[in-house]
Amino acid sequence: MDKKHSDKTIYGILAEFKNPRELTDASKTIVESGYRNFDTFSPFPIHGIDKAMNLNKSKLGWIVAGHGLLGLLGGVALIYFTMVVDYPMNISGKSLINVPAWIPVLFELTVLLSAFGAVFGMFFLNGLPKFNHPLFDSENFKKATDDGFFVCIESEDPQFEEEKVSKFLKDAGATNIETIYEE
Amino acid sequence: MSKTYEYVPEPALVKGNHDFKDITAMITDINIRPTPKGWYVAFGIANMLLLLLLGSIGYLVWEGTGIWGLNSPVGWGWAIINFVWWVGIGHAGTLISAILFLFRQGWRTAINRFAEAMTIFAVMCAGIFPAIHVGRIWVVYWMFPLPNQMLMWPNFNSPLLWDVFAVSTYFTVSLLFWYVGLVPDLATVRDRIKSKIGKMAYGVFALGWRGSNRHWWNYEKSYMILAGLATPLVLSVHTIVSFDFAVSIIPGWHTTIFPPYFVAGAVFSGFAMVLSLMIICRKIYGLEDIMTIDHMEKMNIVVLVTGTMVGFAYIMEQFIAWYSGVEYEKFIFMMRAAGPYAWAYWIMFACNVFSPQFFWSKKLRRNVTFTFIISIIVNIGMWFERFVITVTSLSTDFLPSSWGYYSPTIWDVATYVGTFGLFFTFFLLFLRFLPMVAVAELKGVMPQADPHNYDEDGEFVPPKVEVPEPYKNQTNQ
Repeated sequence: MDKKHSDKTIYGILAEFKNPRELTDASKTIVESGYRNFDTFSPFPIHGIDKAMNLNKSKLGWIVAGHGLLGLLGGVALIYFTMVVDYPMNISGKSLINVPAWIPVLFELTVLLSAFGAVFGMFFLNGLPKFNHPLFDSENFKKATDDGFFVCIESEDPQFEEEKVSKFLKDAGATNIETIYEE
Repeated sequence: MSKTYEYVPEPALVKGNHDFKDITAMITDINIRPTPKGWYVAFGIANMLLLLLLGSIGYLVWEGTGIWGLNSPVGWGWAIINFVWWVGIGHAGTLISAILFLFRQGWRTAINRFAEAMTIFAVMCAGIFPAIHVGRIWVVYWMFPLPNQMLMWPNFNSPLLWDVFAVSTYFTVSLLFWYVGLVPDLATVRDRIKSKIGKMAYGVFALGWRGSNRHWWNYEKSYMILAGLATPLVLSVHTIVSFDFAVSIIPGWHTTIFPPYFVAGAVFSGFAMVLSLMIICRKIYGLEDIMTIDHMEKMNIVVLVTGTMVGFAYIMEQFIAWYSGVEYEKFIFMMRAAGPYAWAYWIMFACNVFSPQFFWSKKLRRNVTFTFIISIIVNIGMWFERFVITVTSLSTDFLPSSWGYYSPTIWDVATYVGTFGLFFTFFLLFLRFLPMVAVAELKGVMPQADPHNYDEDGEFVPPKVEVPEPYKNQTNQ
């Protein structure tokens, strides 16, 4: 196996853990040992793993706020242009700027754009879609969407050394440790 | 006074002894194994009804809205009734997926995917009616603010335009919300399916999801924000639908109770529809451990509460009509209960106000057959509610000389029945090809998912139910 891959660069070391608790504990150990470029994989989000992995607050809220504001201001611009500037209709001398009647459409446009921000912003932050990934080469990794809990320490980490990381993960209680290569 | 306290622990959400692997297999095997024969039969019937819909729409476009039963005082007939009915049904899906999520109701995970799918298909059925009722369907784009040869814009002061924005936003956001929830489960199917085409198809839609916790972190945030957006959205949509009526000055429509009354009615009929569909599907697909009797009971309580709210609104409408002292208002409510459409009014009243009252009984709430029957009755009743509101107010309006009785034609009926074809065609495709329960979310609410439920050796320990001590001091006070 190693011969086949000898000319390829290592992506990282993948290791399996038994359950959500072991994965959380392992994340803590990894962070404490100073590794930064690593990731954990589970079939569902695990409560408290964000703290264990020392993750920063998600930036998504700002993206959504920006989009929502764009929806609101875009809506104001659209309605103001169509109803006041381009095609003003004088209905019994009533004010052209009829804000209460604009609220429903402005609200809907704010929500619509915010939702776009929430969905596409999330995929953008996650770097998806990404149809191919070195981890997909591992047959065992298929369990990550079923009942498997995985850790991968990436070779980009300044502390990364293949043997050292494998041993480290083994000591942390991992099974099925394998080296993942870039394609 | 001494009291004895009994602590009732929350029942387990997933019955039976299932681990994560079982759950995955139970749900995604439905997508992976060959199509059952019964599915083709159901799909064939749904397709025939869909053809009926397409035929009726074709004839409508060819001949014009004259093929419907509309007449001079009653210019709004089955099209708007069906529109409101289908949109209302859709609202339960959003309520389950968004509002119950914000309230941290773990039981929603068993039914939310299912209910969201129902929402999307119901809104599709609803959207057909405003689109085809315009008469000249080839200029339907005039509803949107697009530049056109007349240099005219839609009127943003009109509730009918608000509706265009509300329903199209609602459809888009529901679809996005549904898809975000589906991505991890599509990845599950992708990793389990053997066929090459299946791998490819699910793979494309799973976007390369690999369950990374760095991704879950943003994902959960996104899901929460979407729930936060969908909650006011769903309330606004049916509010705006009610504005179609309430902003006009027709007696019986021009009331401020309409927005909350419509929203309650929407949730009421939608939950009934989810129940009808769920009761059939859990049986056929053997998901009784996931969609349990406890779920059914909780939903029946929602049906009871919203049904009672609707009943309150009916009575309050009558009261305010009398209390307002407005002649026309008083008259129209008299006509509703005792006029030419009294039969419809009392069908509505019996189905919506009386029938859910049976759910005060715990035994009936947990009876599957009984719940199924009530859920159908409720949807019939809610259809009649919209019929009563739309038709009675129009048929006997201000001028007695213009009064007229409204009856639908065969094309009204065919179009309505046809929308069931559209709904079930999509719903069957959904049941066949997409995981009908949110697998990842369901796993997340199982006790095995909580890292605290493992001992030092990493073995799973079922959570102990701690029985709190009775509050002792209370006896002295």
